[in-house]
Amino acid sequence: MNLFFDYTLNGVANGMIYATLALALVLIYRATRIINFAQGAAGMMTTFIAFSLIGGGWGYWWAFIVVLLIGFAIGAVTQRVLIRPLAGKSELNPVIVTIGLFVVYEGLIGAIYGNASRGFPAAYSQRGLHIGSTAIAFSYFDLFILISVLVLMAATLVLFRFTALGLRMRASAFSREIARLLGVRVGLLLTLGWGLAGFAGSLAGLLAAPTSSFSPYYMDLIFIYAFTAAVIGGLESPVGALIGGLIAGLCISYVGGYLGSGLEPLGALVLLTVALMSRPEGIFARPPARRV
Amino acid sequence: MLEVRDLSVSFGAVRALRSVSFDAEPGAITAVLGANGAGKTTLLRTISGLVKPASGSVSFDDGQLVGRSVESIARMGVAHVPEGRGVIEELTVEENLRLAALWCLKRNERQAAIDQVLEIFPRLQGFRRRHASTLSGGERQMLVLGRALISKPRLLLLDEPSLGLAPLITAQLMALLHEQTEGKDITVVLVEQNARSALSVSHHAVILNLGQIVVSDTAANVSADDGLRHHYLGF
Repeated sequence: MNLFFDYTLNGVANGMIYATLALALVLIYRATRIINFAQGAAGMMTTFIAFSLIGGGWGYWWAFIVVLLIGFAIGAVTQRVLIRPLAGKSELNPVIVTIGLFVVYEGLIGAIYGNASRGFPAAYSQRGLHIGSTAIAFSYFDLFILISVLVLMAATLVLFRFTALGLRMRASAFSREIARLLGVRVGLLLTLGWGLAGFAGSLAGLLAAPTSSFSPYYMDLIFIYAFTAAVIGGLESPVGALIGGLIAGLCISYVGGYLGSGLEPLGALVLLTVALMSRPEGIFARPPARRV
Repeated sequence: MLEVRDLSVSFGAVRALRSVSFDAEPGAITAVLGANGAGKTTLLRTISGLVKPASGSVSFDDGQLVGRSVESIARMGVAHVPEGRGVIEELTVEENLRLAALWCLKRNERQAAIDQVLEIFPRLQGFRRRHASTLSGGERQMLVLGRALISKPRLLLLDEPSLGLAPLITAQLMALLHEQTEGKDITVVLVEQNARSALSVSHHAVILNLGQIVVSDTAANVSADDGLRHHYLGF
């Protein structure tokens, strides 16, 4: 029972990281119908920038904030310079570009920093908290992960639901042509969407680094788990990304705990297959039925 | 005043519009009629910037439209209601209306403008928070027309508003269109296959055939010319 409790806590903390990266995928998919395969690698790259900044004497929080903004800028510039010129051509072209970026980012960081694993500092202690005299598998750092991801999700929901900017972004995502006819500067909003995705991707990289073996490849598996989470959530819903992230985090934690950590990627694959077979449109996709 | 001069549009080898010229006066409805494939929709899409012309010019109140982006043309007061009832299905009725008000109205003016539109279309009143995907064809048409009116446009481009609607609803829509434009400083270009109902509310009519204007006259004269109606409009 104790083990189950620990695996659950571990699953929640990891699930939050998957949810953050899944949110980044969702923000881009719903705006531009592209899966950004470079999203995890971009988060890895910005986290390496934080690593250098901290190593160069910057305070942790300064590096943290600056790197989130760099993530935003990388996302926005990628859309503006590489993705936008491909609009109107084959849908496969931008996907190929993101796969290319993935290779470039990992190659670049590998060339600069080497491929060896190293440690990345955590904002708070990673030692398990105590309930009474019993240590649990949940640290202050896990609590920080939980709170920061929930704040990000809440901010995203407020942006989309209650602000004029969010309404414009949703309209641009759902119907580009109609939005333009209503005076919405769609191009600018798609760039903004990619920027926000870059921000979320950077946060995922920063939160995942202390608990992973920090190398140019540490986000690869996390990307696969986040992709699974995004698909479970329906690829279009930020709330779906959160719930999908939690489901993926818990399932993968139970598989790793009870069956061995080597089976975790296989567990994600099974989860993805079951999700696609039972509810291919995802949990939070709106049913297509309509009255005419 | 809308002035279209020598407008030509090609899609590859297909010439959709050939040297089209006409004027549309403010305070009046100009009907653009013709068979399927005559180039009516392409004409509206070119005016609103969605299609780039090969040559020619479109000017509205002395401003040149060709070469501008779709969104900047919209922000000049041009409201284009596209064919197929272009509601954004994933947004609620109120969000559809609010979206159109964002660029032209101040924050504190938007709600009043939305309420005003919902007074014109009381049927939509009870559906404010419903997704537009749940609306019927007629309700969608009311929504897009209301959405176009909310920005108080100076040029209104309507593409087949009667398509797929029951005759009674079409008659109501046309009467409403007439009421909303009569005596106001708004220029309306109405593209219709339903020539009879379009002519009943229009002041001027142009007939397109294979991308060329073959007739440009008052709506009354076009309605009165049996040969013309039989030949080009099929009634």
